[in-house]
Amino acid sequence: MASLLWRRLGRRAATSSWPSVAVARPDGAQPVFDAARCDLNGACAQACPVGAIRVGAAFALDRARCISCSRCIEVCPTHALATGLTFADPAHTRAELMVPVGDRAIQAAADRARRVLGRSLHVRHLDAGSCNGCDWEINATTNAVHDIQRFGIDFVASPRHADVLLVTGTMTRNLEVAARRTYDAMSDPRLVVAVGACASSGSPYVPGYASGTGAASVLPVDVFVPGCPPRPEAIIQGLLLAVGRLGDAGS
Amino acid sequence: MTVLDRRTVPPEQLPEACGSLVRHDHARLVVMTGTDERERDRGYGLYYTFALPSGALVTVEAHVDAAHPVFPSVTRAVPAAHWYEREVKDLLGVEPSGHPDPRRLVLHDDWPRGQHPLRKDFDGRLPVERQAHPHDAITGVRGEGVMEVPVGPIHAGIIEPGHFRFGGTGELILQLEARLFYTHRGIEKAAEGASVERVLFLAERLCGVCSLSHAVAYSQSIEALAEAKPARRALVIRSVLLELERIYNHVGDVANLCAGASLQLGAYQGGVLRERLQELSAAVTGHRYLFGVACPGGVRRDLDPEAQARLRSDLASIEAEFDSYLAALLAAESFMERLIGTGVLAHDVADELGAVGVTARASGVARDARASHPYAAYRAGMVVPAVRTEGDVRARMRVRADEVIVSFGLIRELLAELGDLPSGGLRVPLGPLAPDRIALGITESPRGENVHWVQTGARGEITRYRVRSASYNWAVVPFAVTGNLLPDFPLINKSFELCYACLDR
Repeated sequence: MASLLWRRLGRRAATSSWPSVAVARPDGAQPVFDAARCDLNGACAQACPVGAIRVGAAFALDRARCISCSRCIEVCPTHALATGLTFADPAHTRAELMVPVGDRAIQAAADRARRVLGRSLHVRHLDAGSCNGCDWEINATTNAVHDIQRFGIDFVASPRHADVLLVTGTMTRNLEVAARRTYDAMSDPRLVVAVGACASSGSPYVPGYASGTGAASVLPVDVFVPGCPPRPEAIIQGLLLAVGRLGDAGS
Repeated sequence: MTVLDRRTVPPEQLPEACGSLVRHDHARLVVMTGTDERERDRGYGLYYTFALPSGALVTVEAHVDAAHPVFPSVTRAVPAAHWYEREVKDLLGVEPSGHPDPRRLVLHDDWPRGQHPLRKDFDGRLPVERQAHPHDAITGVRGEGVMEVPVGPIHAGIIEPGHFRFGGTGELILQLEARLFYTHRGIEKAAEGASVERVLFLAERLCGVCSLSHAVAYSQSIEALAEAKPARRALVIRSVLLELERIYNHVGDVANLCAGASLQLGAYQGGVLRERLQELSAAVTGHRYLFGVACPGGVRRDLDPEAQARLRSDLASIEAEFDSYLAALLAAESFMERLIGTGVLAHDVADELGAVGVTARASGVARDARASHPYAAYRAGMVVPAVRTEGDVRARMRVRADEVIVSFGLIRELLAELGDLPSGGLRVPLGPLAPDRIALGITESPRGENVHWVQTGARGEITRYRVRSASYNWAVVPFAVTGNLLPDFPLINKSFELCYACLDR
């Protein structure tokens, strides 16, 4: 025990400086689109394995379906698509996740969370049939680097103690009942945040006898966090966006 | 590898044919697959694939009459077959007669009778009604003073869903039954008739944290069907990153064991190390979980000299950190006392029920696909399975620690080779897949052996995709829990660190 403590002493804090300093790394980022270079040849839509891109009279990318596989970037003959520089912003509606998306003032949302909830936002995680990637990223928000508690957010063991339900996964048949019961156990006001492509849209799985079309098929989703999986910062940002809405509702 | 040694027997001879392979040839069941081949007048196919001690694969194959879909269960002769045969019963509606435990496995109690998702005439894209009066298939344990503790499917932590029913007296666990497959997403059904590339992105998402192992196993099976051979550079890159995947998982698992024993300082320090490893993965491949790296024919991402330098320098510093972290943990007596003698998995149980990976090796069963079926850039003799014999939580932790240290060395060795290899040729073009053929790909993920089994149809299309992930180890967990204290279950569970997502598919 003493040696564990001793190793730690005299080292710098591990916690990241986000959001004061932006995350600028192209990992897992979704494509950015340059309309000036696009000749609507449709190669990207054909290559997209999850049907996130439509090219008709214009180019349209559904960020909720996109799994950041970069196939579209590889096949685009006119270089109209490039790897994004940071993660895609969470949004309140699926429609807002259609390209283009606006920037959001993250620090302002953080200030608001503190004001409304007195630094105390309690989150319950619910895996509704994910690949476990988003769940590891949610776990990563609690490590010393991302340290979600510095935003006044923490995870609780029971939905009865929770303000927010953080849902991952496609909403499988075998979890639908448990998901409903978990939500029903929460008291008002309550919020639902869908984390990742499959919770936002069901993509890349095929909806049917086992998979669903995401959290919104069963629960009233307040915020969608795109990504496959979203970075820990994107998940934190999604929670902060959700809390901003709680303030709007006058709670 | 393409499955060439196929021995077709009539269904009634399956138990003897499979049993004698295990008894006389010391073969081990690596995967069993059921198929619907009625369209080709071959009824339902059953394929039991064994590995001989030499590493050679043998498949015992039988075809069951479509009008009378029943076959004699192999499970009493080969206990490792028990879950496979229950899957075949659920998903194909082919009945293993004489199976000691014929309850449902994949399909839950509210699934209607007579519907079998992997039959070709079942449309997987449509939702299925719930059966009105589901019964509880859990048998439980009864007796004076025995109580039942139900846990899940939604758990208190940030973990995946599964339902556990403990029967016990006071804190002593007498029996554990687990109901899993809550995250069953129908991936195998979705793969039928899908393009090679579409299935790759599903394979990567079988399990978010063993994603690369799955992508490589799938790619290997497709390469066998297309008779394609990736360039050496691609194979070396695969191995480097597969070892990075192993390191980030094992380090994270050691940190989780600290959390399971309430050693918060250990959990935080291990968590920071895991975070550094994932940021390193992102820096060199563009993804924190190594998605999008492998593809049939090679790899989609190069490791250029800059990435190689980054790997060398970051891993050297992380290795030194891990050494001192591990030494501090092993010296923490109160922590070690929680782990020693807890959750013991007996050697014979691990062996007979076909456990793989860390789970098997910590119980003295030397199984490591890198050694038994060398793939990517691994050569015979390059990896010696890290074996411990105690079978308890500490043994599983120490196997992981031993393997992390070996993996740092392997990456150094492989990077030295990579520096001398010509650049380019990352991905060889893939021709059409051979028609009416079976191939499989085997990798050793951080959790153990993953087997991807692919069958093609008359036009070379994918007609059946079957994934046996290392998380099939779930079948042995209840044996390690019996006789322990209920509050130790989270610790025991974390020491196996099995994934629900790749088991459930």
